Amino acid sequence: MQLNEIWFLIVGFLFIGYFVLDGFDFGVGMSLPFLGKDDTDRRVLINTIGPVWDLNETWVIVAGASLFAAFPEWYASLFSGFYLPLLLILAALIARGVAFEYRGKGHTIGANEVRWKATFDWMIVIGSALPALLWGVAFANIVQGVPLNADHIYTGNLFTLLNPYGLLGGLVTLTLFWTHGLMFIALKTEGEIKERASKLGTKVGIATTLLAATFLIWTLIAHFSVLGFILSAVAAVTLIAGLAANFFKREGIAFSLIVITIITAVGSLFAALFPNVFPSTTDVAFSLTIDNASSSQYTLTVMTWVAVFMIPLVLLYQGWTYWVFRNRISRKSIPAGAH
Amino acid sequence: MHAAIPAVLAELSPLDLSRWQFGLTTVYHFLFVPLTIGMVLLVAIMQTAWVRTGKDKYLHMTKLFGKIFLINFAMGVVTGIVQEFQFGMNWSDYSRFVGDVFGAPLAMEGLLAFFFEATFIGLWIFGWGRLSKKVHLATIWMTALGVLLSAYFILAANAFMQNPVGFVINEEKNRAELTDIGAVLTNIVALNQFPHTVTASIMFAGAVIASVAAYHLKRNQQVSTMTTSLKFGLWSVIVGGIGTALSGDGLGLAMVQTQPMKMAAAEALYNTSAPASFSLFTLGTPDGKSELFSIRIPNLLSFLSTHTLDGEVEGLNDLQAQYVAAFGPGDYMPVIWITYWAFRWMIALGALSFLVAVVGLWMTRKETFSVPKWAWNVAIWSAPVPVLGISLGWMFTEMGRQPWIVFKLMKTADAVSPGINGVDVLISLIVFTAIYGILAVVEIKLLLAAAQKGIDDSETSDTKPEDADKLAVAY
Repeated sequence: MQLNEIWFLIVGFLFIGYFVLDGFDFGVGMSLPFLGKDDTDRRVLINTIGPVWDLNETWVIVAGASLFAAFPEWYASLFSGFYLPLLLILAALIARGVAFEYRGKGHTIGANEVRWKATFDWMIVIGSALPALLWGVAFANIVQGVPLNADHIYTGNLFTLLNPYGLLGGLVTLTLFWTHGLMFIALKTEGEIKERASKLGTKVGIATTLLAATFLIWTLIAHFSVLGFILSAVAAVTLIAGLAANFFKREGIAFSLIVITIITAVGSLFAALFPNVFPSTTDVAFSLTIDNASSSQYTLTVMTWVAVFMIPLVLLYQGWTYWVFRNRISRKSIPAGAH
Repeated sequence: MHAAIPAVLAELSPLDLSRWQFGLTTVYHFLFVPLTIGMVLLVAIMQTAWVRTGKDKYLHMTKLFGKIFLINFAMGVVTGIVQEFQFGMNWSDYSRFVGDVFGAPLAMEGLLAFFFEATFIGLWIFGWGRLSKKVHLATIWMTALGVLLSAYFILAANAFMQNPVGFVINEEKNRAELTDIGAVLTNIVALNQFPHTVTASIMFAGAVIASVAAYHLKRNQQVSTMTTSLKFGLWSVIVGGIGTALSGDGLGLAMVQTQPMKMAAAEALYNTSAPASFSLFTLGTPDGKSELFSIRIPNLLSFLSTHTLDGEVEGLNDLQAQYVAAFGPGDYMPVIWITYWAFRWMIALGALSFLVAVVGLWMTRKETFSVPKWAWNVAIWSAPVPVLGISLGWMFTEMGRQPWIVFKLMKTADAVSPGINGVDVLISLIVFTAIYGILAVVEIKLLLAAAQKGIDDSETSDTKPEDADKLAVAY
């Protein structure tokens, strides 16, 4: 296996890691108005991801930087081409991040607490839903291909990306991450809120199944590969099995199965893409591939050593964090005095 | 009328707007970063003092300044993502040309540092009462380690733009390719910039701690803890200040060696001189090409640039001629009035902050001290002085590199994304300005509120959580 193939896998791994981890953060954020009947409920929801959302979000920074280091042409064409969608994602992530930190601090500056919290709650909801939608639109368009000229420069605009396949991809990630977040809430909470999450998870999960099945079949027709077929099949089976496990109140199994759904579904997109990384619809010859987009052998060698040593270590200490904060939380966990 | 509007929009320059956006978002991001770097180290020291002595006042200091650290940390994180994305969004030809080299330290920063700090900061915030005292203490030191590593890698990446090393140009692919990662990571500019950045950050954090303490001491409240905080803050300014001066000297020498044009621009030194005097005040002609009037200290610039009293320092006009000969016709001088005044004010503000700390320690040297109200006000209002100096220092560093984005290798004008249009960049510039403006107001209000509330002394080292189920800290 060549180094640029290894880096295609590593970049895929990092984006999959990002979607698995920040995916449930997005789902939790989107659930605030549906599951949070009062402020205590909403605080329970936010605190399920409190200690980890920041490290989950960090995966996208690392994925982006790895793209930059290993496939500079891909990074350059993709990020400049998808200028406005990325701007929206950045604005949303900023809104969400500061909202987590600031929503409980309004009383310290004498703000109207109800309005203050409502404002930040909406920032969390929009800051979660918008990236969940747009990452799907972006990845679907990457797989489908976009107009790139001979210099690999994107020649479309924002509306070029809002095509049926792209929008369907967006709806799939939006609903899939929402389902994922609901399974996470069911796993991490107790009492009434857990029941509500589980019930809503079934409803959203059914919508997800229909959307995802259409999308994966569409992808397979356009870019058939045996690996893609296997991955899509596993994604479909685990999604349905996950919903069943949720129905029978097996939260741990349900959540784990949805994790596999996300891994295999996003994996099937990377399988559909390979060996292209950013196909051109203008002319196949203008496409970026793992060969013409990658860094030099020396850079890839250096970065491979770094990744081989660091990624297992990262998984180890992040795993420990999840272990430390493994307990379920409930309304009783929320200290009344603090915010 | 309707036809005129698109014409105006069509003339918007993606290059100029992207430069404004990068400047704005970077300066803004770097208001929060130095406080993060400095405060994480100082809070780690406070918490160590508490774990070792068990004294409540150190716990109270850790909690108070830890809270200020966290309000600030969130802003550093969310504005940091924008920085990474912008290289690809607005500067894609730069990314294409240097990605093979420049991407490596960025990816290392992510894999080695960002994951590390993001994970351990979460453990630190939510680990109070859940982790043992010693393990919890270790998490703040781990966070500090992550912060320092991150600073090193990003400064190594920046150093490549100032002094490109460890690469060859691949003519066929038209890009710079990495040949020696060791050279990139031990770039002489990075080796000097790192201690300069860290020590200046400690100055800033120290000044903030002293400012908070002065606010309460002026009102004669929380006296015992705040006296300790005041002295700790002022000593941090002194230690950080000495470090900033020494490392600044090293950085100056490295700059003369690697970017003589920048040093000449820092000094508005138009003609090569030996010995060279240091200008305290220079007026240039309106076109910025020659000097009209100046007040000077003899030999000082020679000493700063070469550590000899009569060493030769190259002037702007000679360097301009050299660069024209080497790189073809063009203007290779940065904007002199900006580099000149930014360099001077950086030094002046650093010295001012240091002076305040020395006088402050002198006035409070006895067991009991009485300090006039104006002196407390000086200490309170001195908090932003170091960060203004830091901002000006970076403006000098980055503006002094112009017209190059990578010194002698690529011009800023050639680096902007070819596919983006002025309207898109105008939209993003407006969005970032609006969001950052609103957040600045909220952030400052929250910081001031936390600072003015001060410590919460209801909590002591012996406080046990009433209910083991309750989260010790929650959003």
